[in-house]
Amino acid sequence: MNVTLSINGRDHALDIDPRTSLLDACRDHLGLTGSKKGCDHGQCGACTMLVNGRRINACLTLAVMHENDAITTVEGLGTAENLHPMQASFVEHDGYQCGYCTPGQVVSAVGMLGEIGDGWPSHVTKDIKTGTEISGDEIRERMSGNLCRCSAYPNIVDAISAAAGKTKEPA
Amino acid sequence: MNKHVMDEAIGETRLDRGTQGVIGKGAPRYEGKLKVSGTAPYAYEYLAGEDVAYGFIVPASIAKGTIRSVDATKAEAVPGVLTVISGDRIVRAASQPMAPAAQTIDGEVFHYNQPVAVVIADRFETARHAAKLVKVDYDAKEGRFDIAARTTVREPASMPMEPNQTRGDFESAFAKAEIQYDQTFTTPSYQAAAMEPHATTAKWDGERLTVWTSHQLLETAPGQLSKHTGVDADKITVHSPYIGGGFGSKLGLGPDAVMACLGTIATGKPVKIALTRQNVFQATSRRGETVQRVRIGVTKAGKITCFAHETDTTNSPGNGFFEPSGISSVFLYPGEDRIVSHNIVETDVLMASACRAPGEATGMLATEGALDEIAEQLGLDPVEFRRMNEPEVNPQTDTPFSSRRLIDCIEEGARRFGWSDRPKTPGSRREGEWLIGMGMASASRKNDLMESSAEIEMSPDGRATVRTGMTDIGTGTYTILQQIAAEMLGLPLDMVDVELGDSRFAPSSGSGGSWGANSAGSSVYVASLALIRELASRIDADAETLTLKDGHAISGNRQIPFADILKGEAISVTGKIEPGKQAEETHQASYGAHFCEVAVNVVTGETRIRRLLTVGAAGRILNEKTATSQCYGGQIWGIGYALEEDLVIDKRNGLIVNHDLAEYHVPVHADVPQLDVVLLEDRDPHASPLAGKGIGELAIAGVGAAITNAIYNACGVRIRDYPATLDKILAELPDDYLTAA
Repeated sequence: MNVTLSINGRDHALDIDPRTSLLDACRDHLGLTGSKKGCDHGQCGACTMLVNGRRINACLTLAVMHENDAITTVEGLGTAENLHPMQASFVEHDGYQCGYCTPGQVVSAVGMLGEIGDGWPSHVTKDIKTGTEISGDEIRERMSGNLCRCSAYPNIVDAISAAAGKTKEPA
Repeated sequence: MNKHVMDEAIGETRLDRGTQGVIGKGAPRYEGKLKVSGTAPYAYEYLAGEDVAYGFIVPASIAKGTIRSVDATKAEAVPGVLTVISGDRIVRAASQPMAPAAQTIDGEVFHYNQPVAVVIADRFETARHAAKLVKVDYDAKEGRFDIAARTTVREPASMPMEPNQTRGDFESAFAKAEIQYDQTFTTPSYQAAAMEPHATTAKWDGERLTVWTSHQLLETAPGQLSKHTGVDADKITVHSPYIGGGFGSKLGLGPDAVMACLGTIATGKPVKIALTRQNVFQATSRRGETVQRVRIGVTKAGKITCFAHETDTTNSPGNGFFEPSGISSVFLYPGEDRIVSHNIVETDVLMASACRAPGEATGMLATEGALDEIAEQLGLDPVEFRRMNEPEVNPQTDTPFSSRRLIDCIEEGARRFGWSDRPKTPGSRREGEWLIGMGMASASRKNDLMESSAEIEMSPDGRATVRTGMTDIGTGTYTILQQIAAEMLGLPLDMVDVELGDSRFAPSSGSGGSWGANSAGSSVYVASLALIRELASRIDADAETLTLKDGHAISGNRQIPFADILKGEAISVTGKIEPGKQAEETHQASYGAHFCEVAVNVVTGETRIRRLLTVGAAGRILNEKTATSQCYGGQIWGIGYALEEDLVIDKRNGLIVNHDLAEYHVPVHADVPQLDVVLLEDRDPHASPLAGKGIGELAIAGVGAAITNAIYNACGVRIRDYPATLDKILAELPDDYLTAA
């Protein structure tokens, strides 16, 4: 089945099995292996991508559903030579260990800050009328879909908090 | 080969001089930019763009029995399916660490969802679909699934410790003890659940087998794969440069590695197999569940006189590995008369194997809870009770401790945490619906030094490259080896490169048992000394007194750039560390203490961690940042073990019920407040040339008990059956807490 995916600002024409997830399309067919597969069931967040600016578990959606969507993967945030401020903050704060959940944490963090910026409340938001602010509790609540078995959580929260002031919107 | 055998305590070294000033510092990870940008390649991600095939495992639908037939006709008829491999070459699970090979199925089913076949197809989606079309017929038999039934009890192997260690006559001493503590604790089975499922890319070119796999311990991998495939070990190369977490579960070779190799040889195409998350839970390995009886005799004044820690744990047929819950009980607390013993209850469940801090992680949930109970019974502060029972030598063998900073850690922790503010009695501090309590526990982790080697090559421009078959499972190996070489050789960090995870490199200890940093790091130390001798000889200088800094050799009034010494020539040296007499003459362990404050909700029984402090002493800290991160990991695993994790085995049919990350609850961001870790300035000259000790597993040891002790202090409910889920707490909470709400 033919589909054109717009990923990180570039169009990719694919002829793929309709059962192919967006995650596998990237990993197995486009060489975009930055997004990770940890569970294939939407339980771990390692595959988090931004679709039209919103976080999505790429293992839970089929690639053919995303014609005309703007998809951002970790590769679209920054490169090893030119890191996105969120990526640089993860390095500075040791917000990772094995690195496998890290692309998902980074992409999720960027999306999550966007959600706070748009005034989306969470379970821990004290007063939904006055909007939300970036706090440790908000970050922990909103990042709980991204598991880290190495358990770098304290440093991830530090990395996100530090980056929050200087993060630019994703490409 | 330049070799150092750890027969003598180490004196002052270049690491102590700190001329370059990089050792111990919180340098960012060497490979960090690759990880955060998604460009560090993990096993499955190799051969991108090549024409590859994909494998998918067919799991057994019974727990025990004989495979009567495997009918792959329908699967093989699916367009795109290349082959279906079944039969005796299929493996039951991962291999045990350092075993000659994994166990093959030999026509039998040993546990529920054991692999029975693997489908290889041109697409992942096709392989997954076709795997469901493979029809397997079984003769099912009655299985054994319940540790408490003790249907088959047998002696464990002598790995990972001597299972039965006794001294004196415990039974008589206990009978005479003024206070007799006797309680039984249970811990469930656990899954390591590394974020990267075990995965392999394998390529057979007709002569050589090249394997990229997620594996902590490369040394045994080519030999194991040779046994499974018939290919000579010297024609097999194994790569594991990046590993998405291991925690012991990847010390053995995964079933994906064996089956990807069989698949590529059968089809002639490179084959990729990533285990599904369900495969990881059901076909790799797990930590065995335990039933632990702890008996401690104590005088009314609070002196421990005798100590017994007897453990039942499980494993499957043919497996002697056991969860060594008594590993710290051998040496942590005194008592002239002692028993530490272990039995294997054989069950027909997935094999049990190494999981982060085998022994301490489960055993100290019991013993550190026991200490808290006894202290309360005696009316003693748990800190004071431990201070009163600090042995001067290893109480089992009378061997001196190499260094033991347990009481230092406890006292430092108590002071920093504000332990003196602990509520005096359970239920006495309340904030609305929440009861507040504090608890503490000791930590200890046995230290091991393993044989390991590394090559350092200095290129003509003075850059150094460290190469070793060692792995980095997220522990920080790349970075600490870079720091050790840079400090020893007097190079800025960015002049040192590190290459790991290649079976062609100098053989290494691998990552396990917290020995990696000390062992691989010591081999880099030895190689560095050899390189320094070579540099010194070329400028007629004394290697001992030669100062090395910023890529220059400084001798007398001479300051010579390395490039000028090398004169266009590269130098390569290899160094090796071997354990020696120090391992016998001293007892070596890392020590620590945990302090925790919890809030327990009187309405729901929910426990929230408010504060958690760990103070550790593990010899020289090689990188303050990565060492602290390791401790966070241990603390958070402890939160999981105390409150959430419970691998449920259905006692009727042997199914691991919660076989994924939705149902097996590991801690998430929202479960974990900001944590505190303090590492004491420490050196252990008996442990290694680095004067360091293992830290990766120290922080998990005992932390769960600090949490359950805090739960008791908060609400008066003692948890001896882990985890401390709300149902268990609610059932024991006195009604008057609720009515007072």
